[in-house]
Amino acid sequence: MTAPLLEVRHLKVEFPTRRGTLLALDDVSFDIAPGEILGVVGESGAGKSLTGAAIIGLLEPPGRIGDGEIRLGGERIDNLPHARMREIRGRRIGAIFQDPLTSLNPLVTIGRQLVETIQVHLKTGAEQARRRAIALLQETGIQAAEQRFDQYPHQFSGGMRQRVVIALALAAEPQLIVADEPTTALDVSIQAQIIGLLKRLTKDHGAAVMLITHDMGVIAEACDRVAVMYAGRIAEIGPVADVIHQPAHPYSVGLMGSIPSMAGERERLLQIDGAMPRLNAIPTGCAFNPRCPQAFDRCRVHQPGLQTVRSTQAACWLHAAGHGGPA
Amino acid sequence: MTALIEVDNLAKTFDVSAPWLNRVIERRPRQFVHAVDGVSFAIERGRTLALVGESGCGKSTVARLLVGLYEPSRGKVAFDGVDTRATLASPNARSLRRRMQMIFQDPYASLNPRWTVRDIVGEPLVEHGLVSDPGQLRAEVGALLSSVGLALADMEKFPHQFSGGQRQRISIARALATEPEFLVCDEPTSALDVSVQAQVLNIMKDLQRERGLTYLFISHNLAVVRHVSDQVGVMYLGRLVELAARSQLFQAPRHPYTRMLLDAIPDIAMTGRARTPVQGEVPNPLNPPSGCAFHPRCPHANARCTTERPELSRYQGIQIACHAVSEGRI
Repeated sequence: MTAPLLEVRHLKVEFPTRRGTLLALDDVSFDIAPGEILGVVGESGAGKSLTGAAIIGLLEPPGRIGDGEIRLGGERIDNLPHARMREIRGRRIGAIFQDPLTSLNPLVTIGRQLVETIQVHLKTGAEQARRRAIALLQETGIQAAEQRFDQYPHQFSGGMRQRVVIALALAAEPQLIVADEPTTALDVSIQAQIIGLLKRLTKDHGAAVMLITHDMGVIAEACDRVAVMYAGRIAEIGPVADVIHQPAHPYSVGLMGSIPSMAGERERLLQIDGAMPRLNAIPTGCAFNPRCPQAFDRCRVHQPGLQTVRSTQAACWLHAAGHGGPA
Repeated sequence: MTALIEVDNLAKTFDVSAPWLNRVIERRPRQFVHAVDGVSFAIERGRTLALVGESGCGKSTVARLLVGLYEPSRGKVAFDGVDTRATLASPNARSLRRRMQMIFQDPYASLNPRWTVRDIVGEPLVEHGLVSDPGQLRAEVGALLSSVGLALADMEKFPHQFSGGQRQRISIARALATEPEFLVCDEPTSALDVSVQAQVLNIMKDLQRERGLTYLFISHNLAVVRHVSDQVGVMYLGRLVELAARSQLFQAPRHPYTRMLLDAIPDIAMTGRARTPVQGEVPNPLNPPSGCAFHPRCPHANARCTTERPELSRYQGIQIACHAVSEGRI
């Protein structure tokens, strides 16, 4: 196994409030290898976007990293000064966000936005940057790139805008791309095109991807490994096929069962009763215990760490040796 | 079985012309969007018809036309054999409105933030004169809340105190207050997380069984549609391109657009399956392609498809609008 490109260790993100500090991410650890696509899945408020924001150094104040470290290619990046982080962002880490319209400047042609990005990070001449920008647009499947180069974002459709955003993210050949819900705002037929594009480009450029989404279908199709998040912690992490077909954590089981499938018949969907706890009311022990059908005493008192189960790792006492609970 | 809802050649055109002065000075013509362009279908009592399609295909416009939020430009909707447009203009409008209700997509926008849940769910009851005193109102609202899995104590709370899924249940309770026979659900779970979506879909199915409800279910999510529907209509640029029983549509899709949509959904059961890359995007509805609107993206299009618009017609037990299928080319 090669050295991981991104290492996240015991990451904590906290929000100080008047009524005490809220822990939005608690002890999150994972790696991404070069060229690997790691999916991060979870429901609203699980902390998946926050994990992405912490890695690219764009946590909204008052949110802050409370503990832990993030390393990119062995170098710590979580405690860098803003100016240094700005150089890394775009150059070594590219970002793709959900809404392509808000990621682009509406008053500047897409060509200028690309050229500017390329010149800032790669220190090239204007003509070279222009050629590279057009090549990038062509590579992301934009037809007649030369003509569209001088158009404004509003002249592009949603799917085309997202291609421009991908071209921007790839402009400086970053090693890591953080894609936060890149296809959520798009129609299914366009979604398929964008996922295909993302997969192909990252393979061609050898970039690693952290793909944040709530859509298990996208994860199943695009990722090598997946991390399931719940209430600010990783509930389960492992190879995609194993997590989908043999989930080890009861939350993953419920999550997979609640997705209406295109195969097989089911009269009722499996449902997880209740809702994810708010940050100020996270239960003691395992955060999932009030909704868990298999919870036992230990779950209500002690927080489980990740346990190795077959090929995946799950934060669940059911899989701890001699757990003393129901089998 | 009799059809509760019959829609015949329904159409809605929106005028999107520039202001009069601009038209005069800049010599611009009037412009119209044919959001819904001649749609016909029927829904049998106690069944669910789902309409699917991409953004801008007109599915939400159909929903609004059915409940009378828009006036149709052409065609008619019959509810239980009675023309809704005439009825809604007559003194009998209330009794018709009581029998059909709508659930909207965004449970954050569709509930008044300053009203308690009791006011929200109770309003239709008061408005339609279905309760006589506050005690009865309380009892009725309580019963409605428990039918969607909420607690009696929730009655005194405000919408902001609930999660998205709970809010959508409040919307459902409100829609059920007048004991309607027909519910129009416009993307009822699109704003919800999957586990919450499962809760809401299960409740909707249970309610349908218990009360014999008829649903028009609008969604862009084919997996959800497959789970809830009996019949599925696929829309493209304001027209139905295929209308078939659920099992038929999902097992043997005929229209090239339906096939494309089905190929495009990522499915967790089939990890690693290569999706058929879809070409192109939905064209601008202001300037739709000639002939079959799908022909620029269709792999089976020929000269006839570019000039002659296919009509929805019966073919081997389904309804389909495609020259390639009716000519036996695919």
